[in-house]
Amino acid sequence: MKVYFDNNATTPLHPEVKKELTAAMEMFGNPSSMHSYGREARANVEDARSRVARFIGAHENEIVFVGSGSEANNTVLSLFVCSSGQCIPGLKMRNTIITTKIEHPCVLETSDCLAHRGVKVKYLDVDQYGKIYLDQLDSMLDDSVGLVSVMMANNEIGTMQDIAAITEMVHERGAYMHTDAVQAVGKVPVDVSKLGVDFLTISGHKIYGPKGVGALFVKNGIPYCPFIRGGHQEKGRRAGTENTLGIMGLARAVDMRVLEMDDEHQRLLVLKQALRKGIEERIDDIYFNGHPTDSLAGTLNVSFPGAEGEAILLYLDLEGIAVSTGSACASGSLDPSHVLLATGVDAERAHGSIRLSLGRESSMEEVDYVLDVLPRTIERIRNMSTAYIKGGLHATSR
Amino acid sequence: MSPKNILQGENTDEFDGVGMEGNLQCGDQMMVVIKVDKEKEVITDCQWKTYGCASAIASTSILSEMVKGRTLDDAFNISPKEVAMELGGLPDHKIHCSVLGDKALRAAINDFYTRNGMLDKVKQSQVKIVCQCMSISDHDIEDAVLEGARTYFELQERTKLGTVCGQCKDEAESLLEKFKHIHFGA
Repeated sequence: MKVYFDNNATTPLHPEVKKELTAAMEMFGNPSSMHSYGREARANVEDARSRVARFIGAHENEIVFVGSGSEANNTVLSLFVCSSGQCIPGLKMRNTIITTKIEHPCVLETSDCLAHRGVKVKYLDVDQYGKIYLDQLDSMLDDSVGLVSVMMANNEIGTMQDIAAITEMVHERGAYMHTDAVQAVGKVPVDVSKLGVDFLTISGHKIYGPKGVGALFVKNGIPYCPFIRGGHQEKGRRAGTENTLGIMGLARAVDMRVLEMDDEHQRLLVLKQALRKGIEERIDDIYFNGHPTDSLAGTLNVSFPGAEGEAILLYLDLEGIAVSTGSACASGSLDPSHVLLATGVDAERAHGSIRLSLGRESSMEEVDYVLDVLPRTIERIRNMSTAYIKGGLHATSR
Repeated sequence: MSPKNILQGENTDEFDGVGMEGNLQCGDQMMVVIKVDKEKEVITDCQWKTYGCASAIASTSILSEMVKGRTLDDAFNISPKEVAMELGGLPDHKIHCSVLGDKALRAAINDFYTRNGMLDKVKQSQVKIVCQCMSISDHDIEDAVLEGARTYFELQERTKLGTVCGQCKDEAESLLEKFKHIHFGA
């Protein structure tokens, strides 16, 4: 049996998206061309824009199509390294960015880079469930802060932040608010008019759309500067010939989210509950990471002390089960998941963590299969683990 | 994936030498235990346990097969590169996961010598301080290379070596080349 429980990494194309893409392949015109080929492409791109806008409660001229969620996040943060009046009041006045310790690397590494360029960056801590402390945000917010960027739902542990409340605080102090909603849009209701944010990031391939396309919401009247320059596309906000196929696929993915999201949410909650309960009953000495309730319906992050995450991942893969891990070994660095460490989880628990992320194709049969395979996999790895030998860290626990 | 020679159970008393390297907080730990024919100083059995990733499991499994029948001297000198070659190669960023097995093997061999009063044979891997200002040893340089440092600048970024007086630059650069050659054939 093949089980794909890695939907937070990427998702399979929705069958309707596949159909849309296949049909759209015939349409090759450049949306900037004035002839009929170009006009056809332009009409499709603008139609897609209005559908994506409607999905998040935005005006259609507030949507900028980009190449990825990472590009959208880079674009927003990079509004800073500029002293032009057109951009967010630059280095001289509001030269501080606030973000969190659990953001996606595309936000964290861009922030690090900005720090080298003279921008001051402050990082919010999170509690044991991955929620930021609103009072810490309050104490950091002063007249020097230009932008606050807080992700809506965390990719590793699924924890959701109260973006509306955070935005209100940020706006009271005159700063702009960005949220990376890549993991939230299409899984929970997202309405920018209710959230009040100035910038919001969307990605196509997390919601059964194609890879290589994303959208950035930029509220009307908010300072903006393109990250990729040299073309009039997207009203001068993002140069480069539009990815017409990707954009149409994204819009179709969004259409399908409208139809499927609510039922799927309820279904995933049931599956996750069964998975959680089954793991609890069948495997000793485990820890669940992330918020127990305020979390994405399909995301379950669990630590197995004594077993190393990459070994778990590969043994599960041999049985046809795809998951991901917060272990350092899988990341190519020596440090385990920065998200888990930020929640106060110790390094061993972080190294021994796996993330199961379910999606629209996940079923109870798959959950049952995982519950059959996982206990013996963990048992097998723990049997070869030094953690349980005489004098080992967990010597007395079994 | 069927790793060989995993030590069953938790007891190591019946073995002649036990070596342990790494720790759980760092994400990998390795224990190697050996049985030795004391007359011939030949390894007759080698088993292991690990808290580690697939590369650590695979390389130690191979290593435990390679050392059987070898003399202690011979086994002591098996390099991580030989193990990686026996495996059919490892991705660069996985090399550091595989060195733990032969470190633990050397610790087990030294443990055997210590237990049998052969202290003159215990081979300490000598630690030499290269950068006196920042107290960076040749081992630190080796670790930095295993973790990805390929140029003197990258070595400095990782270790802060040579950032004070700079006198160790030549020695550090030659060690950098040496470890690149040993581990990556570069």
